[in-house]
Amino acid sequence: MILQAISFYAFAAITIAAAVMVISARNPVHSVLFLILAFFNAAGLFVLLGAEFIAMILVIVYVGAVAVLFLFVVMMLDINFVELRQGFLQYLPIGALIGLVLLVELVFILGSWVIAPDPASRIALPTPAITETTNTHAIGQVLYTDYIYLFQVAGLVLLVAMIGAIVLTLRSRDGVKRQRISSQVARTREESVEIRDIKTGSGV
Amino acid sequence: MIEIGLSHYLTVAAILFTLGVFGIFLNRKNVIIILMSIELILLSVNINLVAFSVHLTDLVGQIFALLVLAIAAAEAAIGLAVIVVYFRNRGSIAVEDINLMKG
Repeated sequence: MILQAISFYAFAAITIAAAVMVISARNPVHSVLFLILAFFNAAGLFVLLGAEFIAMILVIVYVGAVAVLFLFVVMMLDINFVELRQGFLQYLPIGALIGLVLLVELVFILGSWVIAPDPASRIALPTPAITETTNTHAIGQVLYTDYIYLFQVAGLVLLVAMIGAIVLTLRSRDGVKRQRISSQVARTREESVEIRDIKTGSGV
Repeated sequence: MIEIGLSHYLTVAAILFTLGVFGIFLNRKNVIIILMSIELILLSVNINLVAFSVHLTDLVGQIFALLVLAIAAAEAAIGLAVIVVYFRNRGSIAVEDINLMKG
């Protein structure tokens, strides 16, 4: 129990510290790296909760795909980031005020919420006991049966996002010489070969 | 303090959410940091979903968290593609330069 508490406080503290660094780091590359740190520690929190499948998916999807995508874009764009940081202190008071108001509201909610009576009767999908099956197995048993439509729609959204991203960033540059295989194959003898009758000794 | 319950996780998620909103206001000029702040907000929502899912022993919360993850990945891909195209056309990603559609 003491080990669980120590792990929780370590993961939570590093997650929040990394989140602070994400929004305050001078260099956006450092921001992305701190975002990766925050995701790793959030995955640790999920493991502590017993949701190890979500934790692994978080590492794979967020760290492996999203954060690397951010890293590529930050390194690809040639931007003067110092210029972008001007006005940082100007927005600090209003941002701090709104953040504080939001935090106070959340604290109020945290102080006053009650769980509905008899929550056991409202459970849509009871989690099987850890002695019966693992978390991943339990999710797999329902994700492809009861929630197959949601799963397919999520896949469709990802497909549309992929096509959209490709269409947005694809461009045909001028002045680039490329092999066009179709026009090569479509050439006929008539338009490619010409027979001239040259007189002997006169040259071309 | 030693017994880690639901409220501990909710507190962490609330702080992360606030930091995300704070980051949007703090980095008003840099779209990339704003996108990262949105990722932080979605992460805090996921922590909430999973914490409640475990507390109520209801597996649906974790499936919902999975779908949120998929949507977050799609959103990041599209957002970054838009930023790349915008930078190619205008040579800047400052938020106040994005006013072509102003009437």
